[in-house]
Amino acid sequence: MKRSLPSTLKISLTFVSWGSFWILIHARIINKAGFSWSDSIVDASVSQTILTLACFALSKSMLSFSLTTRNVINLILRTIIVAMGCVYLNNFFIPEFLSSPDYNKFVSGTMLLRASFYWLMILFVVVISLSWIFFRDQQESIKRKEDAEKLSRDAELANLRQQLQPHFLFNSLNSISALVSSQPERARTMIQQLSDFLRGTLKKDDKQLVTLQDELSHLQLYLDIEKVRFGHRLETNIRASDESLQLTLPSLLLQPIVENAIKFGLYDTLEKIEISITAIVENKNLIVEIKNPFDPTTASPKKGTGFGLQSVHRRLYLVYAQGDLLQARQEEKTFITTLKIPQYA
Amino acid sequence: MIKTILIDDEPLARSLVREYLQSHAQLEIVQECGDGFEGVKAIAQHQPDLIFLDIQMPKINGFEMLELIEQPPAVIFTTAFDEYAIRAFETHAIDYLLKPFSKERFDKAINSWLAKRDTKSTTPIKLEEIATQPEEHSRIVVKKGVNIVIIPIQQIHFIEAYDDYVKIHTADGFYLKKKTMSYYEKVIDSTKFVRIHRSYILNIQELTRIEPLAKDSYLALLKNGTKIPLSQSGYGKLKDVLGI
Repeated sequence: MKRSLPSTLKISLTFVSWGSFWILIHARIINKAGFSWSDSIVDASVSQTILTLACFALSKSMLSFSLTTRNVINLILRTIIVAMGCVYLNNFFIPEFLSSPDYNKFVSGTMLLRASFYWLMILFVVVISLSWIFFRDQQESIKRKEDAEKLSRDAELANLRQQLQPHFLFNSLNSISALVSSQPERARTMIQQLSDFLRGTLKKDDKQLVTLQDELSHLQLYLDIEKVRFGHRLETNIRASDESLQLTLPSLLLQPIVENAIKFGLYDTLEKIEISITAIVENKNLIVEIKNPFDPTTASPKKGTGFGLQSVHRRLYLVYAQGDLLQARQEEKTFITTLKIPQYA
Repeated sequence: MIKTILIDDEPLARSLVREYLQSHAQLEIVQECGDGFEGVKAIAQHQPDLIFLDIQMPKINGFEMLELIEQPPAVIFTTAFDEYAIRAFETHAIDYLLKPFSKERFDKAINSWLAKRDTKSTTPIKLEEIATQPEEHSRIVVKKGVNIVIIPIQQIHFIEAYDDYVKIHTADGFYLKKKTMSYYEKVIDSTKFVRIHRSYILNIQELTRIEPLAKDSYLALLKNGTKIPLSQSGYGKLKDVLGI
């Protein structure tokens, strides 16, 4: 818990200083009314000690108070009973210490005043305790809500990132299987690339920001594997300005977009295709543009907003709380996906 | 000699099948194809007995390619997608090999086909049920002369029954396809297409007006001026979809 309860010692000290303060005031008032300092101090000490103890006990008993009409009525009744109890104890103890009949007469005469004062003080302590309890509860519920939101966000991010296509894995394994007998060296290279790629995918933390340089080198592993499968048709062209390489983006963000672009390009045309990736810096934002060819006459419209792009969109929103960071458009036979990654220094 | 054709867009995937086939001397590879268009041509040219067919391929997928062939040969699907498996088996495809597959699994597929073939019990492949995977609802692949045409369904005006075929009417004329009306009624988005008559499925985007013809009979007037009859139950269905 973020806000721990104040220790009993701290609470006790607060009540002791509170009580002492009122002893001084009480004594001063009685002294002003014409009684001796010793009588005043005894009276004040007895009355205020009783009151302080009563308030302390009452506030302690309220720690798990919850706000209902019934509880509030109960509480008010309790304050009245406690106030009356205090007056009773007062009447019992003061004559024990001060035997002068004059003084006892004074005490009896001011009983109503004392009772009212007790009650007011008790109410005051109750109100303070209540507001403290509500403050504490609210803090806790805010904290709980934040925790729950964070938890679900983490889960969602993990979920979105897990969308690595199993088909990619199986098709790559099939290629390796084909290479094993005829070209064992290439098979070994591909196993290495696939392992490095998968390891990179597994160890990355969702919220972790990586430099574009790191992201591109991970992406290169993916592209190398795809080129073993589609080398006869697939060309890639990656250009990143020097300053852009050091900027950051959420890890593994580009791969699903490039995967989408490759799928789109390879399955929507019959020719050789070029996937181009360009990164620049614009207004301190990192801008990454991914282009792939496609055939506007046959592409089914829903492919453009396929799962790959939706998950990227959602991830960007969860990380940056902005909904316009991913844009997709088509220019004649080219499909262009543009990413804007804010840089918070 | 048994003639076979390999159709897969990944050269390495084809080379694996080629390698596995080396131990089956009676099977001869007459051609290898990198996409379904080549596949259609090669099958027409060579009339193979058996084809190895990938599903995800450029432009048209394996199922769509098969639809274009009048008398399809025996088919063994080779794919990394297992979501098509059940459907492929329902269609009496000989086998369904999940990539990466082993030599043993491959041999089993070939041998059991050869055994069945000898006893002449091979069932012709029935493709009626095959293309019901969601992606395929968005378009129809047809053959016109030597050309293969991909029609996105939103470009279809209406579909008309025509003996054993259907006529798919678009702005560029109609295309014939050997399918049934009930097949299309099932696989095309029913919020956009309505079977308004025993012989007609209408794209409701194309409808401009409903005209009364006689008592309890109506005509649907299309944007391009075509008039098609509405059956009584078709009229009811159309009213439901249009919300009137």
